[in-house]
Amino acid sequence: MAAVTADQTTQGTAGTAEEAEAAHLATFDAAVAADDRIEPRDWMPEAYRASLVRQMAQHAHSEIIGMQPEANWISRAPSLRRKAILMAKVQDEAGHGLYLYSAAETLGTSREELLDKLHAGRQRYSSIFNYPTLTWADVGAIGWLVDGAAITNQVPLCRCSYGPYARAMVRICKEESFHQRQGYELLLALSHGTPAQHEMAQDAVNRWWWPSLMMFGPPDDASAHSAQSMAWKIKRHSNDELRRRFVDICVPQAQVLGLSLPDPDIRWNEKLGQHDYGAIDWTEFQEVLKGNGPCNEQRLTQRRKAHEEGAWVRDAAAAYADKHSARPGTAGAAAQPVEATA
Amino acid sequence: MSSSTDWPLWEVFVRSRRGLSHTHAGSLHAPDAEMALRNARDLYTRRSEGVSLWVVPSTEITASSPDEKDSFFEPAGDKPYRHPTFYEIPEGVKHL
Ligand SMILES: [Fe+2]
Ligand SMILES: [Fe+2]
Repeated sequence: MAAVTADQTTQGTAGTAEEAEAAHLATFDAAVAADDRIEPRDWMPEAYRASLVRQMAQHAHSEIIGMQPEANWISRAPSLRRKAILMAKVQDEAGHGLYLYSAAETLGTSREELLDKLHAGRQRYSSIFNYPTLTWADVGAIGWLVDGAAITNQVPLCRCSYGPYARAMVRICKEESFHQRQGYELLLALSHGTPAQHEMAQDAVNRWWWPSLMMFGPPDDASAHSAQSMAWKIKRHSNDELRRRFVDICVPQAQVLGLSLPDPDIRWNEKLGQHDYGAIDWTEFQEVLKGNGPCNEQRLTQRRKAHEEGAWVRDAAAAYADKHSARPGTAGAAAQPVEATA
Repeated sequence: MSSSTDWPLWEVFVRSRRGLSHTHAGSLHAPDAEMALRNARDLYTRRSEGVSLWVVPSTEITASSPDEKDSFFEPAGDKPYRHPTFYEIPEGVKHL
């Protein structure tokens, strides 16, 4: 008799937990369907959380690693004006990384864990940053094309279903605008400069164009996470849709620059009202992802080195804080904000 | 029994709707965090101004000093190149 009761109790509990889970899921689905935002304290499916952590971590890592190719030119910028601009841009990218790491932390991961995974090669960053910056014109091409592609990707993310991510993207998009314009202005100056400068600008565009198109990720029929991310409204448009949008934006901009895009197959498709463009070399993309790009090794080594060499700063800050909190009259452990969510 | 003036001060942050961040609404006195939350609800969201509330002990907030306002924020003052309008782009170029 006692055993039966216990059994019934167990079944009863299991039923209630399942019902609760179903109710949670219904609330979550309704919020997503209504274009509401999901906030950190809301219930969410584990797969949604994991998918967000993966995407936001990769995004944050990209901002931080992305500082390297451009920082390479700070000391050799051709004028004080260009140097100040480039420093401000690289500084912004550091800031973007920090916004995104904090947003990812609202999902219950720690920053240390994210950085460890980056350093161990277990989380990715955008493959674009594994290409080298060979000339000063690359700074212009990165601003115009790489930041341009990032903006095309990021504008719809401002409406992402996860609140902290969407809000970080609003801040980032506002700041990105100057990144793209300074790059365009730089290329315009080179393009209308001496023949050698013009050639340097064209060479940079030739090298950065295809990798920029790859930034939108694999084609739709080969994209592992796309469909689910769209259903959850983390993503709003498919990779190919955004890529085509980017091509449409760039073609007239290249004309004003007086530079050509290295794709003989680009032409206006009257019927679709869009540009057609040539086939992308996805083997190159896969190779770079696998670690065989021109700079993969260099980027990760530099990142690890920066982290290790910064250890004394973190240690000193912690020692100072310890000493400070040991003094009488100061608060000890940091208070947590108390929250109520309706 | 302590009077309400001895109670700590709490800063109240309200999220007005899903998707927006919490913004500072004001402050209140309360003996503890739970009471502060309830009071904040009654004081700052009587007309359904919020869907989420935070209360933070005022003593836990470190603020910049108003006297140092000029020198503190000065580093950003001479960097107009952080704004997109700093750059000259030819007429007619779109999406930039
Ligand atoms: Fe960025
Ligand atoms: Fe940027």
